Amino acid sequence: MIGNGILLTITELVIVGLVLLVFLILLAFFLGYMERKVAAFMEIRLGPNRVGPKGTLQIVADTVKLLFKEGLTPDAADKFLFNLAPGIIITTALLAVAPIAFAKGFQIWDINIGVLYISSVSSMAVIGILMAGWSSSNKYSLIGAMRCGAQIVSYELSIGLSLVSIVVLTGSLSLNDIVESQANGWWIFKGHIPVMIAFVVFVIASTAEINRAPFDLVEADQELTGGFNTEYAGMKFAMFLMAEYINLFVVSAVAATIFLGGWMPFHIGGLTGFNHIMDYIPSSVWFFGKTLFIIFIIMQFRWTFPRLRIDQLLNLEWKYLLPISMVNVLLVTLMAIMSWHL
Amino acid sequence: MILGEEDYITEEGEFVVNMGPQHPSTHGVLRLKVWLDGETIKKVEPHLGYIHRSIEKMSESLSYRQYGYLTSRMDYLSAHINNLACALVVEKSLQVEVPARAQAIRIIIGELTRIGSHLLWFASAGLDLGGVTPFFYAFREREAINSIMDENCGARLTQNFMVPGGIVYDVRPDFQSRVKEVLKQFKDNFHEYNEILTGNVIFQNRLKDVGILTKEDAIAFGCTGPTARASGLSCDIRKMYPYDGYEKLQFDEVISTGCDSWARYEVRMAEMLQSVRIIEQLIDNIPEGDIVAKTKNVIKLPKGEFYQRVETARGELGVYIVSDGGASPYRCKYRSPNFANLSAIPHIARGYKIGDLIAIMATIDLIIPDIDR
Repeated sequence: MIGNGILLTITELVIVGLVLLVFLILLAFFLGYMERKVAAFMEIRLGPNRVGPKGTLQIVADTVKLLFKEGLTPDAADKFLFNLAPGIIITTALLAVAPIAFAKGFQIWDINIGVLYISSVSSMAVIGILMAGWSSSNKYSLIGAMRCGAQIVSYELSIGLSLVSIVVLTGSLSLNDIVESQANGWWIFKGHIPVMIAFVVFVIASTAEINRAPFDLVEADQELTGGFNTEYAGMKFAMFLMAEYINLFVVSAVAATIFLGGWMPFHIGGLTGFNHIMDYIPSSVWFFGKTLFIIFIIMQFRWTFPRLRIDQLLNLEWKYLLPISMVNVLLVTLMAIMSWHL
Repeated sequence: MILGEEDYITEEGEFVVNMGPQHPSTHGVLRLKVWLDGETIKKVEPHLGYIHRSIEKMSESLSYRQYGYLTSRMDYLSAHINNLACALVVEKSLQVEVPARAQAIRIIIGELTRIGSHLLWFASAGLDLGGVTPFFYAFREREAINSIMDENCGARLTQNFMVPGGIVYDVRPDFQSRVKEVLKQFKDNFHEYNEILTGNVIFQNRLKDVGILTKEDAIAFGCTGPTARASGLSCDIRKMYPYDGYEKLQFDEVISTGCDSWARYEVRMAEMLQSVRIIEQLIDNIPEGDIVAKTKNVIKLPKGEFYQRVETARGELGVYIVSDGGASPYRCKYRSPNFANLSAIPHIARGYKIGDLIAIMATIDLIIPDIDR
C-alpha cells in the first residue's frame, strides 16, 4: 500500500510541523517576556507585573492587541512585496530551526550538512529585510534596509569562519556529529584559546547578524524611526518581532550546540563516575540551559551598550573580527593537524 | 534665487529626508531637512515654528508679576532659572533689595534645576545613541529632585517659584534635609553614570571627533552655555556677570578645549558636580528672614530699556524689556540659548553620518519650545 505510506508520512510531517510551530510561538512569547524582565532587572525597575501572575500574560495581551490592529499597507508601497516580506523573514527564521538537536536523539531533521544549512538559510533573512525596506517606499525604511544589506553580508563571514573552526576540529558538518564529538568535554574547554576566540567572535557576529543592539542599526529607532519596519503595523509587525526572537533562539542554540556541547552533559574525559552523575540531568535541560545562558548574555548586550555607527560597525567586522577569525581558523587547523585538542 | 530652489535634488544619488517634526530624537517638534548622500550628510536646514506660541507678544499684555510664568513654558527644564531672569529684570529696574534668605533659596532651587536638567540630558543622550538603560539611572535621581520641586513649588514640570522681589512661598521645614538626601543619593550614584556611559568604549567612539565646533564658530554662532564652554569659550554668566549672590560662592567654570561632542558631554557631567558644590555651600547657611521684598501691588517699571541675563542649564538667557512706564512691558524679547545653539548644527553636522547628527543634537541638548517661544 504505497498510497497509505505517503499519507502517513504527510500526516507525520504536518503534525511535527504544527507542534514545532506552536513550540516556537510559545518560545517567542517566553523570550519576549524574558527580555522585558532582563531589561527591568538591569534598569532597576519591575517590568511587566499586572497581567497574569508576575506579568506572564502580558505578552498574550500584547499579541491580542496586535491581532486586532489594522494591518495598514501604505498607498505608495509595492503591495505584493510589502505583504510578502514578513512571510519571508519568518519562514527563514523557522527553517533554521530544523537541524537543531533539542535533546539526545531529538532532532527534526538530521541533515548531514547542518552547519552549512543553518548558515545559508539564516542569511536569506536579508532578502526579506531588503524587500520590506524597498517596498515600503519610505526613505527611513530604505536606509535601514541598505544598512542591513551591508551589515548581514559582512558579519556572515565571521560567523562562517568561527563555525568552520569547529567543523575543522570535528571533521563533520552534521550538528549531531558535532555534539557527539563533545562527549569527553565541550569544545570551549577542549579547544583551548582559539576556540574561545571563535566563540566570542561567533556571539558578537551573530548578535549583529540578527540585528540586535548594539548592532540594531537596521531598526535604529532614534535615527531611522524603526528602519525597515517603520511602515508595518499589526500582525505583520508582530511577525518581525517573532522572527527576531526565533532568530535569537537559533543563533544561541547553534552557539550552544557548536561550542558548549548542545544537549551533551558536562563531561570531563576520564572521570566516568562524574560523567554518569551528569548524565542523570536530562539532555533537554542541558540544551535549554545553555541556550538560555547565551540568550541572557545577548540580552544583556542590548541593555548595556549604546549603538554603533554604520562605519564603526563595518570597521569592527572588516578590521577586527574578520582578520582575527582568519588567523584563528589557521590556528585551529594547526591544532587539528597536530591533535593538540584532546 | 527662486524660493524653494534649493529643495531640488541636484546630484544623482542625493536625497532629502525630513527629520521631524515628529521624530524620536529631535525631542520635540523641530524639523531638520537633511540632504543625504547615502549615509553622509551634505546639508542640514532647520525649520522652526511648529511650537511657536508668541510668548513675547503675550507678555505685552501681562503684568510684571504675570509675564514670568510664561517662561516656564520656554525651556521647561530650566523653568526656575527662566523665572529668575524675569524676576531679576524687574528687581534691577526698580532697584529692589532681595532678602538674603530668598537669594539663597533661589540659588539652591536654580542649581537643583540645573542638575535635573543635565540629568535629563544625560538620560536622553544615552537614549539617542541607542542605550536605554542610562535613561532609568538618571531618572531615578531626577525623580528625587522633581519631588523636592513638587513639595516646594507644587509642580513637577511647569514650575514657578521666583517672583519679583523674592520667592512666592517659603520652603517647607524639611527642605534642607530633603535636599541633602538628594545630594547624597546623587553623589553616591554618580559613579554608575560613569560606568554605564562615560567609560563605554562604543559611547566614546560615537562622540569623539564628532561635530567639531571651534571656538571661533562658537562665537560666530552665538553659542553659549556648556556647548560653547566645550569649545574653550569662557561664557558662564554666573562668573562673568554675577547675579543674585553668585559672586559670594565658590565654584569653577567648567571649560574644555575638546570642541567635539565628547567635550560637550564631559562639560555637562562636570557641571553637575559643580552645582552640587554650590548647593552644599548654601544648604546649611540659609539665612532667616523675609522671603520676599516689599513691592507695590501693581508693579510699574520706569520708562526705559532693561536687560538681564542669567545662565540657564543650556546657556545664556537674556530678558530684554522696553517699558513705557506702564504696568506691562511695551516690548519683551527673550534671547534664548537654544535658538543660537541650534544655528550651529547645520554648520557642524556637514560631512558626518546620520548617526552623528543624532549625537550632535544629543550633545547640543536642544529644547524645542525654547527655540520657537
